[in-house]
Amino acid sequence: MAATDNIRASTETLFSGTAQRRSANMGQILRWLILFIGGVAMVMPIAYMISTSLKWPHEIYDVNLIPKEPTIENYTFVLEDGRFYMWFLNSMIIATITTLSNVLFDSLVGYTLCKFRFPGRYIVFIAILSTLMIPTEMLVIPWYLMSQQFGWLDTTWGIMFPGLMTAFGTFLMKQFFETVPDDFIEAARIDGLNELQIWWTVAMPLVKPALAALAIFVFLGNWTAFIWPLIVTNSVEMYTLPVGLSTFGDEADVQWELIMTGAAISTIPTLIVFLIFQRFIIRGVVMAGLKG
Amino acid sequence: MANLALRNLVKTYDKTEVLHGINLDVADGEFVVFVGPSGCGKSTTLRLIAGLEDTTSGEIEIAGRTVNNLEPKDRDIAMVFQNYAIYPHMTVRKNIGFGLRTSKLPRAQKDARINEVAEILDMTPLLERKPNQLSGGQRQRVAIGRAMVRDPAVFLFDEPLSNLDAQLRTQMRLEIKKLHQRVGNTIIFVTHDQVEAMTMADRIVIMKDGHIQQVGTPAEVYHSPANMFVATFIGAPAMNMLTGKGTGGGIALPSGTFATNGPDGADLVLGVRPDDLMLSGGQAVTAGKVILREPLGSETLIYVDTPSGEIIARADGRTPPEVGETVQLGADPANVHVFDAASGQAVR
Repeated sequence: MAATDNIRASTETLFSGTAQRRSANMGQILRWLILFIGGVAMVMPIAYMISTSLKWPHEIYDVNLIPKEPTIENYTFVLEDGRFYMWFLNSMIIATITTLSNVLFDSLVGYTLCKFRFPGRYIVFIAILSTLMIPTEMLVIPWYLMSQQFGWLDTTWGIMFPGLMTAFGTFLMKQFFETVPDDFIEAARIDGLNELQIWWTVAMPLVKPALAALAIFVFLGNWTAFIWPLIVTNSVEMYTLPVGLSTFGDEADVQWELIMTGAAISTIPTLIVFLIFQRFIIRGVVMAGLKG
Repeated sequence: MANLALRNLVKTYDKTEVLHGINLDVADGEFVVFVGPSGCGKSTTLRLIAGLEDTTSGEIEIAGRTVNNLEPKDRDIAMVFQNYAIYPHMTVRKNIGFGLRTSKLPRAQKDARINEVAEILDMTPLLERKPNQLSGGQRQRVAIGRAMVRDPAVFLFDEPLSNLDAQLRTQMRLEIKKLHQRVGNTIIFVTHDQVEAMTMADRIVIMKDGHIQQVGTPAEVYHSPANMFVATFIGAPAMNMLTGKGTGGGIALPSGTFATNGPDGADLVLGVRPDDLMLSGGQAVTAGKVILREPLGSETLIYVDTPSGEIIARADGRTPPEVGETVQLGADPANVHVFDAASGQAVR
């Protein structure tokens, strides 16, 4: 009797184990499916961008991903158009300067708010954070009026100035500086460094992952910025790449194949920036894991 | 001449006073250990000396000059932190040499100094490594090296061994002691571990609630504790405390009168260290049943349930009393301590 019970119990365990495995497999399949859909959603626009850039004008409204008659004519046209290089250079200058400016000033402010105790520190921090809640569209008019009064309309400075420091960057850096132990700062103080030297020599190298992340965000944000550069610039010479690309065409006929070609070329710097800085981000994630 | 002097040092945070007038003279080359429970003010005192916190009132003198208003870098001190505070992005060489960054010494002399310190600390083969390639003990040595390289008037150690495992802690304790004998600088060492304090210090400063309880050599604080706090804090296991009433010529305990000096009629506490309790001989203190044994090899700690409460005594490691056995505990009157029950201060 006892033996029969044992066999029944073993069989039940076996079947419940099989059911659990089946349920686990289903879960795994579901996870893969979601990831696959997410992957397709991310990759498809890029694939279509490249595909369209390789199509003739008459083919661009075909949904087929592989062009029937692939051509590099669009690339030749865009690259032979002197304006493209001008816009590319404008975007490069603006994105680079704003990135450097953010890395420098956001980290300075973040460090100050994090490591110095002074009256009103929290009020300043909250005030900075609260600006994150104001949509860009609301700021565009004051920015424009300011640019007009200072004579910054249609200048590189005019395009750049709103993005030279960001509340998000300050917040990000402050949070990362929280992870730098105060002992490091105090040890450096005892060793005779002044506060600026401590920030630069001790604190900054310890938040490289955050700096890399900030650099990527700021560079991409400024590289792809459209509304403000469109509003503040008037002359074709001052256009940034996204604004310039939007001029390929008019109200009657948008030349998507040229826009997509320009967009495809313009992704190259962003890829380079990401490839340069991603190792810092990955290292930061790994370090954070090891510390725990 | 005192190398370090604290004069009526007071520190308040908002309206809370955490140090209540600390006075201390530390001689040149002395190894002084601040010990006490968490929140006693030992680390705060160290940070005031370092200049990492502002003094509310009082004076700090280092090498004969008042340093209250000087920046940490100008105080001629170096500090070793609890979590080492060595920079993970720099090699051992750069970490050790960090303290010389602002020095006006020629490059060659700086390098020579770094090599000398690395040699003393046996770190020469590790100079080009990064901290994540070092063990806990090696990291601690790098932190010490960074302090040493500046050859300061006073070294400050803020619980530097508390992150190390027991074996490494013992090893580092010896290394720091040897290092002190070799370099001879003044050292102020903060710890909550009384064993560290006893084994390393020339003098121990025992603190509680922002007050110094006693300053003395390890032998003094162990054998002549100033009050009940010091008596129970120093020594492991802690001193046994038996409450009684002064009879003029002794203390009336629940199990009888123990003949010793003490004021008549006062509420007194008889303090006897486990080491000073005898299982045979001596003047009878109390008696009771063994309720627990802790064998330590060469000796066994026995916990005895007595009319005065639970008492700990040391017994021979080979033939300790059995659990349940009744034992008579005696002591030499010369080795006991008497405290006033109300004030906690030593009466004799």
